[in-house]
Amino acid sequence: MCDQTFLAITFGPCDNCTQNKPLMNIYLKNEPINYCSLCVELMACQALAKGETINTLKAESESLKAKLEEERAKLHDVELHQVAEKMEALGQFVMKTRRTLKGHGNKVLCMDWCRDKRRIVSSSQDGKVIVWDAYTTNKEHAVTMPCTWVMACAYAPSGCAVACGGLDNKCSVYPLSLDKNENLSSKKKSVAMHTNYLSSCSFTNSDMQILTSSGDGTCALWDVESGQLLQSFHGHSADVLTLDLAPSETGNTFVSGGCDKKANVWDMRSGQNVQSFETHESDINSVKYYPSGDAFASGSDDATCRLFDLRADREVAIYSKESIIFGASSVDFSLSGRLLFAGHNDYTINVWDVLKGTRVAILFGHENRVSTVRVSPDGTAFCSGSWDNTLRIWA
Amino acid sequence: MSTSNNIAQARKLVEQLRIEAGFERIKVSKAAADLMSYCEQHARSDPLLVGVPTSENPFKDKKPCIIL
Repeated sequence: MCDQTFLAITFGPCDNCTQNKPLMNIYLKNEPINYCSLCVELMACQALAKGETINTLKAESESLKAKLEEERAKLHDVELHQVAEKMEALGQFVMKTRRTLKGHGNKVLCMDWCRDKRRIVSSSQDGKVIVWDAYTTNKEHAVTMPCTWVMACAYAPSGCAVACGGLDNKCSVYPLSLDKNENLSSKKKSVAMHTNYLSSCSFTNSDMQILTSSGDGTCALWDVESGQLLQSFHGHSADVLTLDLAPSETGNTFVSGGCDKKANVWDMRSGQNVQSFETHESDINSVKYYPSGDAFASGSDDATCRLFDLRADREVAIYSKESIIFGASSVDFSLSGRLLFAGHNDYTINVWDVLKGTRVAILFGHENRVSTVRVSPDGTAFCSGSWDNTLRIWA
Repeated sequence: MSTSNNIAQARKLVEQLRIEAGFERIKVSKAAADLMSYCEQHARSDPLLVGVPTSENPFKDKKPCIIL
């Protein structure tokens, strides 16, 4: 009837933490171990092999880092600008402001082009998100967000919705309707939830998924319809400020940059950090893929922009000058990848020859920091947004 | 508990470095040559690089476009 087995509990000092507690009588590899239940749990969780200590792990990580540097250096046989010497130099560039979009009441923080090459969405510090027609400078839609500092905005590939977010720690999607009288705020859909501010967002190739980066140090992929988190990306040790998706249709990677001075490349399906670059000397404010997808550029508070090649796994060019001392807030490539546009905190936009590493133009016009720079989808113009409350279209 | 956190972090770092060390890299000369050839191939279709005639660029006209 009652045939119960009781565990005979011994009480005494634990072999690990030396506290007097009930001990679990377990055997590891035929050796009796008298640990308290807490220590047994810890041991199981850590799965420590015998002899593995923090020092051995540290030593291994140092040796791996050294090996990585050695491997990378072995392949560094030439500089990009040396290879590019035989290319023709670019002529003089004349780029002027062709349109000025006025209407924001405060600093413009972010903007994005629609795939129809004429519409633009921009967001500002006062919480307003405006959709413009860049050809006519008319405002087509305006939404007031419930938070200030809307640092991220993105146009959906279909052109039927915009996503935005900022200090509310969320990314919300607003479907755009043709009816001008419709209140857009009523159709708002909260998609992403982070534990700190949203720094950047981007739709993937469809309207169905959004990739976000946040001040909480993570990036995340969300399903728009259900709001479900599909994948999260951990690896940055500080705020993630920017992200960019790889251009190819089949590409499943994206690059992110953050305040930990690192630029990480991630596989979207597995969540794995596949490559990491840490040569900047300060926060990375902006990353952008080269049009072929084999490289990316980054702009940083250390006043330099750098080009990293993904297949060579190293930095291949630095775009800097002694006279440039203000950080770069935003970078973008022209359609062929030959030009790099960088917006700086000294109110100017520098235009670089990507291959030769020389500056081809400085564009003046904004009356405050340039916060965002984006080339239009067909490459005919680029738009810059600034803390002077305006956006300018240059061509 | 801070020691167990450090061990976990250190182990994650070692794992990450192992993955990165196993990456297949190519020479910078090859990578640079590919970047250059991409630029050359697409240079002609880059409006900001070669410039397009004013009549074709919707932003360059002085009067706004009126589509009837």
